[in-house]
Amino acid sequence: MIETLQKLDFTPFLLSFKLAAFTTMILFMVSVPLAWYLSQTRSRSKPFIEALTALPIVLPPSVLGFYILWALSPHSPVGAFFEETLGVKLVFSFTGLVVASCFYSLPFMVQPLQSGFESLNGHMIEASFLSGKSRLRTIFSVAIPNMKPALLTALIVTFAHTVGEFGVVLMVGGSIAGETKVASVAIYEMVEIMDYTSAHIYSAIMVAISFVVLLSVYLFNQKQNRKFGL
Amino acid sequence: MLKIQIEKALHGIGSEMRLQADIEIEEHSFVAIAGESGSGKTTLLRILAGLEKAEGRVEIGDEVWMDGTYALPVQQRKIGFVFQDYALFENMTVEENLLFVEKDKALAVELLQMTGLMPLKDRMPGRLSGGQKQRVALCRAMMKRPTLLLMDEPLSALDPAMRQKLQQEIAVLHRAFGTTTIMVSHDPSEIYRLADRVIMLERGQIIADGKPKEVLLKTQGSQKFSFEGELLDITKVDVIYVAIVSIGQQLVEVVVSSEEAAHLTIGQRVTVSTKAFAPMIV
Repeated sequence: MIETLQKLDFTPFLLSFKLAAFTTMILFMVSVPLAWYLSQTRSRSKPFIEALTALPIVLPPSVLGFYILWALSPHSPVGAFFEETLGVKLVFSFTGLVVASCFYSLPFMVQPLQSGFESLNGHMIEASFLSGKSRLRTIFSVAIPNMKPALLTALIVTFAHTVGEFGVVLMVGGSIAGETKVASVAIYEMVEIMDYTSAHIYSAIMVAISFVVLLSVYLFNQKQNRKFGL
Repeated sequence: MLKIQIEKALHGIGSEMRLQADIEIEEHSFVAIAGESGSGKTTLLRILAGLEKAEGRVEIGDEVWMDGTYALPVQQRKIGFVFQDYALFENMTVEENLLFVEKDKALAVELLQMTGLMPLKDRMPGRLSGGQKQRVALCRAMMKRPTLLLMDEPLSALDPAMRQKLQQEIAVLHRAFGTTTIMVSHDPSEIYRLADRVIMLERGQIIADGKPKEVLLKTQGSQKFSFEGELLDITKVDVIYVAIVSIGQQLVEVVVSSEEAAHLTIGQRVTVSTKAFAPMIV
């Protein structure tokens, strides 16, 4: 048993976490303005943008994966631009995985942030404008610090969801050891070659980490709610 | 001089109306805006602050804040704004709320001392009473040394004793900072005590504009007490009728004749008046 554990390759886990960390960072920067816009706008285009951002929740990962694969491949204008001009290969590479994950996990970042922004007292936001503060300053100094549970939910769930993705990653990244072979893909392969011992260990680790992460979110939210007397 | 000439469509409940205001306000004066809810008072205030769009022109001194499609951003108007629900920054202490507006520690300390908030300066807003919160909001509004102080029913969520205390503080701050102050208020005694002019709005139109005494004293010159109230009940007692009327926070019994009783319906708004030749003032 100990021998098996010592032989265990943890690269797929590290890769999963690296992927999740990049994705969460990029999505946070993209989603704050988007979620803010959605929370403030009364425009007719709002439902369309909302539906578009929520698509990755309902689409089968294969559909999403197929489109992203097609878009990133050298045969599409986007993929061609990246490969020829910037020299970056997007398909079957870590960079490609990050791009794909950003699409896949977008709703998990945007939706909690949007409902967080919407739950704030509008007068408090206006008070910041009246204090002479810009929109950006208001978002970071007033809005976000007053919606910590929503912020934490957005960050953690996005991170966890990216760690947990499988279909899109497999389609866009394949299974290149050290480059695109993340934990979920590694487990799939172990099962395929009937290495059940490793699959068990990997799966147990995934379950444990996911549970701890989610538990910490819910514990934090409960503490916050108590603090505000809810 | 603050010159306001604005127009805006208001979406009232079940009816469309237009807010129309053509007002000139003297520098350093204290103006109250009164009227029923939905008459456009808050909207008028928000247009002045730049929080809502409207057609027309707003000019203060030699600065143009709004003209046609041009509108000076909220951030650049020298305004202090006090909301009814305080709207404090919940993530900052009392002192930080003030310093967020302007990094002027001396002014913050001065304001906190004027309003007796110094001992509470490190508290979070969540641990303050309503009156304390509104004082913080008032101080925060003064941090920009505004030329125009706008207040939207600042005291209506507070109890009467706290209201009186804050009215004094508002008066002191208004004088100390030489602001032009516009306050939306329902409370005639508050308006009388603070304002030197009152503008009444009804369905978006100005229906009265003048000194509080002239506008608010409904029975001017006739030496009468007159109170508006709601008729709650009429009961027959022997040969007379007794009506119970709710006036303000009080219930009063009034004797009415049978003819009068026949014309009254329960739930109706009524005016109770009597001669005021020799009242007792205790």
